[in-house]
Amino acid sequence: MNLSANLTALNTLRTTPIVDIKAENDTVKTFTMKDKLCAKAKPGQFIMLWIPGVDEIPLSVLNAGNGEVSVSVKAVGDATRHLHDMKTGGIVGVRGPFGTCFTESRGRVLLIGGGTGTAPLLFLAKRLAAKADRLSFVIGAKTKNELLFLNDLGSVCSEESVLATTEDGSYGLKCLATEPLEKLFDKEKFNLIYTCGPERMVRKVYDMTEKRKIALEASLERLMRCGIGLCGSCVIGKYRVCRDGPVFTAAQLSEVKDEFGVSRLGFDGSRIQP
Amino acid sequence: MNNNLLNVNIAGLQLGNPTALASGILGYTGDIMQAVAENGAGAVVTKSVGVNPRMGYANPTVVQAKSGLINAMGLPNPGINEYIEEIKYAKSILQVPLIVSVYGYSADEYALAAKKAAAAGADAVELNVSCPHVKYTGSEIGGNPKLLRDVVCKVKAEMNKPVIVKLSPNVTDIVELADVAAKAGADALTVINTVRAMAIDVETTLPVLTNIRGGLSGPAIKPIALRCVYDISECVKTPIMGCGGITDWRDAVEFLLAGASAVQIGTAIAMEAPSVFQDINCGLTDYLKRKGYRSVNELVGKSHRA
Ligand SMILES: Cc1cc2nc3c(=O)[nH]c(=O)nc-3n(C[C@H](O)[C@H](O)[C@H](O)COP(=O)(O)OP(=O)(O)OC[C@H]3O[C@@H](n4cnc5c(N)ncnc54)[C@H](O)[C@@H]3O)c2cc1C
Ligand SMILES: Cc1cc2nc3c(=O)[nH]c(=O)nc-3n(C[C@H](O)[C@H](O)[C@H](O)COP(=O)(O)O)c2cc1C
Ligand code: FES
Repeated sequence: MNLSANLTALNTLRTTPIVDIKAENDTVKTFTMKDKLCAKAKPGQFIMLWIPGVDEIPLSVLNAGNGEVSVSVKAVGDATRHLHDMKTGGIVGVRGPFGTCFTESRGRVLLIGGGTGTAPLLFLAKRLAAKADRLSFVIGAKTKNELLFLNDLGSVCSEESVLATTEDGSYGLKCLATEPLEKLFDKEKFNLIYTCGPERMVRKVYDMTEKRKIALEASLERLMRCGIGLCGSCVIGKYRVCRDGPVFTAAQLSEVKDEFGVSRLGFDGSRIQP
Repeated sequence: MNNNLLNVNIAGLQLGNPTALASGILGYTGDIMQAVAENGAGAVVTKSVGVNPRMGYANPTVVQAKSGLINAMGLPNPGINEYIEEIKYAKSILQVPLIVSVYGYSADEYALAAKKAAAAGADAVELNVSCPHVKYTGSEIGGNPKLLRDVVCKVKAEMNKPVIVKLSPNVTDIVELADVAAKAGADALTVINTVRAMAIDVETTLPVLTNIRGGLSGPAIKPIALRCVYDISECVKTPIMGCGGITDWRDAVEFLLAGASAVQIGTAIAMEAPSVFQDINCGLTDYLKRKGYRSVNELVGKSHRA
């Protein structure tokens, strides 16, 4: 299939019932839908999820396969709250999967996740488990019950290679997810580092890995409307996050340093803080 | 692409080739417009900007149709005062003409936005009198001969940069409106904006777009746009930028033969890739050479004389 026929298929809205809903904690639920195309998503890609009559929002894929796709959604506003109120059997629309994916690397890799940014990294970790020599994971949150997927991570990586941090010290180390990194970098040589989460964290990780010249792939979030590289809502520098990203290499991020972690476009196209 | 075969002059703007970025596709920041120019666009048009900021409609704002896209973004834009800095920045890095698209709710608003855009460095302004999905502006102005005349006259009176008027196909007689714009002083016409359309989801029985109605773009509208260009160029002497569904060099050649002096490209940037500009320019060059033309300008309107 040529590019445009392929994109037309991915971009065609498919309405489909929610087949499973699982509460991950007080504010995050995982939703599973049947969709053949989204079931082919690779780690790092996202889908556009239509909550009929409410909104359509971008969400990273947590899991894909067997004709199904799952996303983990934190209730933060109108669209996500409406989604949280939906029941199994409720109809939603999906488009996608869209965007770039993480490189599935061999060797020693480290994954650094914050908040719902942990979702695509868990998906990646499952795919890497068979390939990589050693998987380490750093996961951070404000408080214990916001640490997502601790159990799943423990079973994908070995338990001792998962390092958790909380800002209030209710679980693991009492610090930000970026704090233990220097020590880890001293101890071990990583072939590739992956990160996804709040942009300030992602930028910090980038600054640290740049200093030490460690390869990095990071997933960014921007306001997304079309999801296919048309409308310009998601641009950062010369890139469209929905099409050229959301996963970027360190080399690409260095080309957009003035905006990465600094500014993004708001709903009216003006520059605001990320 | 730097070959003289493709040079065109439209509305006093010198373009290295006859392809331009259409308004509302990516065109928010200087950096992304520069990226489009690096992909071969001969000029860029910004997102439409008004006097005041607008948030646009809630998603879904874009829905796929079988051979096109339907969008109702709702003119999200930061407002001209905020956008001035972006225009200045864009001008400082772009090597191709920068056309700033403006809209308003009255002739005064169009003129104010246009004046500020020109003062910030825009090489020309394009008047969006053809957006099909925002009330009291766009096609509600461009579809009314008297309002259209007032807007174009007012803008022309208040600035000395070229003024391009972008027309809507959602009218009874586009030629009449093209004539009104031309007589009011338009330096060029962009033909066409999107065709009013909608999509309904059968499972939920709901219209998909939050705004219900949107505008169709892409290959589906190419034959409509081509006919509009042909009809207008038969009666009106003002140069035309053809727009609507252009995806490859053949499409571009068709528009030139129908009477357009240049073309604008939108949807194909997403459905194909930003390199669509380069591809079209290469194909166009090959065609000109194969046919023995010395300049792309020789194609303009040629189908009328055939
Ligand atoms: C590539 C990508 C992947 C994402 N993956 C996940 C995920 O796996 N899980 C998850 O819970 N969240 C994810 N998000 C964020 C999620 O899209 C927003 O939380 C959601 O859109 C908020 O909508 P709302 O109406 O509930 O909140 P609002 O009150 O509308 O907004 C809350 C916040 O979300 C942002 N937001 C709102 N609409 C959008 C939009 N269309 N695009 C991007 N940001 C928006 C706003 O800027 C604001 O900061 C992802 C975003 C992107 C861009
Ligand atoms: C997402 C999107 C946003 C658009 N926004 C604008 C706009 O702000 N102003 C305008 O004059 N035209 C706007 N248009 C119309 C395009 O500039 C163009 O006229 C139309 O899409 C037909 O060309 P195409 O088929 O090459 O896309 C928009 C089109 C799309 C698809
Ligand atoms: S969301 Fe429209 S260009 Fe990326």
